Amino acid sequence: MRNSFLTVVIFAVLVSATYFYLKSPEIVQTKLEVLKENYSKPRDKKPVDHSKFEVLQKQFNSPQEVVKTCMSCHNEVHKELLDSPHFRWQRPVYENGRGVTYLGKANAINNFCIGVQGSEVSCNKCHASFGEEEAMLAIDANAENIDCLVCHDNSATYLKGNNMNGFPDKSVDLAVVAKSVGTPTRDNCGVCHFFGGGGNNVKHGDLEKAQFHTTNEIDVHMADNGGNLICIDCHTTENHNIKGRLFTVESSNTNRVSCTDCHTELPHESTVLNEHTVKVACQTCHIPTYAKVNSVNTNWDWSKAGKLDANGKPFETEDSLGDHVYKSIKGTFEYARNKKPDYIWFNGTAEHYLLGDKISEKETLLVLNKMNGNYNDEFSQIIPVNIHYAKQPFDPGTRMLIQPKLAALAKGEGAYWQDFDWLKAAEKGMEASGLPFSGKVDWFNTVSYWPINHMVSPKENSLQCVDCHNSENSRLAGLNDFYMPARDKYELVDTLGNLMILLTIAGLFAHGSLRYYFAKKQK
Amino acid sequence: MKEVLIYKGYERFWHWTQAVLIIFLAVTGFEVHGGYSFFGYENAVVYHRYAAIGLVVLIFFTAFWHFITGEWKQYKPTPQFVKEQIEYYLLGIFKNAPHPTKKTVLSKLNPLQKLAYFGLMVVIIPLLVITGIIYLFYRMPSATNMNPLNLTNLEPIAILHTIGAYLLVMFVIVHLYLITTGHTILSNLKAMITGYEEIEEDDDHHKKEEKKV
Ligand code: HEM
Repeated sequence: MRNSFLTVVIFAVLVSATYFYLKSPEIVQTKLEVLKENYSKPRDKKPVDHSKFEVLQKQFNSPQEVVKTCMSCHNEVHKELLDSPHFRWQRPVYENGRGVTYLGKANAINNFCIGVQGSEVSCNKCHASFGEEEAMLAIDANAENIDCLVCHDNSATYLKGNNMNGFPDKSVDLAVVAKSVGTPTRDNCGVCHFFGGGGNNVKHGDLEKAQFHTTNEIDVHMADNGGNLICIDCHTTENHNIKGRLFTVESSNTNRVSCTDCHTELPHESTVLNEHTVKVACQTCHIPTYAKVNSVNTNWDWSKAGKLDANGKPFETEDSLGDHVYKSIKGTFEYARNKKPDYIWFNGTAEHYLLGDKISEKETLLVLNKMNGNYNDEFSQIIPVNIHYAKQPFDPGTRMLIQPKLAALAKGEGAYWQDFDWLKAAEKGMEASGLPFSGKVDWFNTVSYWPINHMVSPKENSLQCVDCHNSENSRLAGLNDFYMPARDKYELVDTLGNLMILLTIAGLFAHGSLRYYFAKKQK
Repeated sequence: MKEVLIYKGYERFWHWTQAVLIIFLAVTGFEVHGGYSFFGYENAVVYHRYAAIGLVVLIFFTAFWHFITGEWKQYKPTPQFVKEQIEYYLLGIFKNAPHPTKKTVLSKLNPLQKLAYFGLMVVIIPLLVITGIIYLFYRMPSATNMNPLNLTNLEPIAILHTIGAYLLVMFVIVHLYLITTGHTILSNLKAMITGYEEIEEDDDHHKKEEKKV
């Protein structure tokens, strides 16, 4: 009696203990509902209507005239712009090994069109200014050369011209544009940021023209039938300081946009999943593939540029998807679509190869933006990246990457895209950069890392446990500085363990058979 | 022969609960370890954790019970009759020889069982429980989470836990077979279910022995 009573008590305790453990902690409302509600309210209300302002009711003869008119009311805001990376193409940063330095397009080498120096007439198409002299380090630049319109045009008619040094295309009606201005839309940002590297989606892989209007499957945030967010909903901006970091040209773990800004630190109902967020960035599971609509560039070999057709003219060839395989002006390319990202550890800090840095003799593959991080670093998370490889012009005399002059309006200025002469292009480009050139051009393999943050998939499509937790084709096969269940095994233990189990079973089977045999015999 | 209560109510409850938990832990644990998919990976992890907590609680109560009732003495290994018991399993059992030691209420385990269960309780279970609990409380290096164990490498823990798991599975297999080596094929099983087993009275025993000679 006493015994069964004890049994009942202990059983009750056991069951309730398990129950309380099982009962998941109060789930903080995932906020997704709240977010959806917030962002489904109409957001096109404007506090002012520029089309009614008298000073804007006129024809403008130059874009600077428009800007001057802007400044007649917004009379201090140009100071913010003159100090912003959108204008200066660089900002002060702290970088390991360099200390406080300036970093940006002005002095970084990228893996695509290499750099701006000498080619401003073309590159300025994506610079918020008019005229090349304002392009860089222009803290005391003429404020009238700030291009307000490229970001604030709401008429969707403003367009900077090709090879026009940042000036608007001839087709633009400034009167229409001026009356339309407002906060930036997806179009304003996308017109530059979707086309970096000289074509749609060349650079990012997760930012491309398809996202002007897309579907939930491609990008839950930007989709017309999804969140329908615009860039500045997440890249919130105060005093023209835009939140967000791109680590090809940034190096510090500050002012970043984070998923948790909206989705909280505990976005899942499952505790196991929430625990993962310590080491695994949201993007890793929620962006299973990128370049979902159009391809992303993965390899660019400058050394193959310069072949001309029978008439001595540059030419281009495309593959079946319409991606460039070869361009006389640029070399050979590799593209990928619906690509699974690569994964790296990242703690929010990066180091860069900058224009004029000498490459050490030991180097065989130069990392242009080294992203720091490892498992034991408490700030590191696993993030998805597009890894982009290139072969770039290199001066074996000075051991520097060469900044060639690529673009010019006419032949004879030494621009590679006009004259197809590396020596001249290198000489002109390095001269424009204020750097020495030994007179020799060789090639160097380079790599750059592009974090993938956009094109978040619907949650049904996110990665499953076994996409990483498996020993055959784990997505994280490349990250080997930690133990991960199911991916990692100690072969000896498994081999011996399985062998011992088999031997045990075989032994017992033999024993049982003998017993059976002798029992029969005895009868 | 007489029917005696050899396994008390709590013992039987403990035994069967533990049996179910261990098998469940093995199935879920080896799914976490990788190689097959049964519950689904996330479920396997979550179920394994719940069952593990259940097992720890059960072990806690059972240890308590054994000390209060003094039953723990049953598991104290003795060097006597170990050789005889081994000989029995290797030879005697085939000739239908009697068990070398008697099962009584006060001594229900044979010397080899004592050794095996002692090993189970002193080596395998603690190995699994301790490494399992460390595994459970392991936290990946992070600025925001406390890492109570200050452990940065999970690998040795996971390897030891896996070794324990293999040993336990082997134990269970042998255990299942040995169930059939009682008086009759099913008598051990019946005893663990009903609690009662027919035990030879001293006299009976002697008579049997004489007959055979
Ligand atoms: C109190 C006992 C136990 C505790 C606290 C425990 C805890 C754990 C934990 C925390 C894990 C990692 C998976 C996860 O994060 O949930 C794990 C893995 C595992 N467990 Fe257990 N466990 C216990 C008992 C057992 C038993 C009895 C077995 C098998 C008979 C077992 C077999 C395994 C195996 C094979 C793994 C995979 C190890 C690896 O590949 O890294 N565990 N256990």
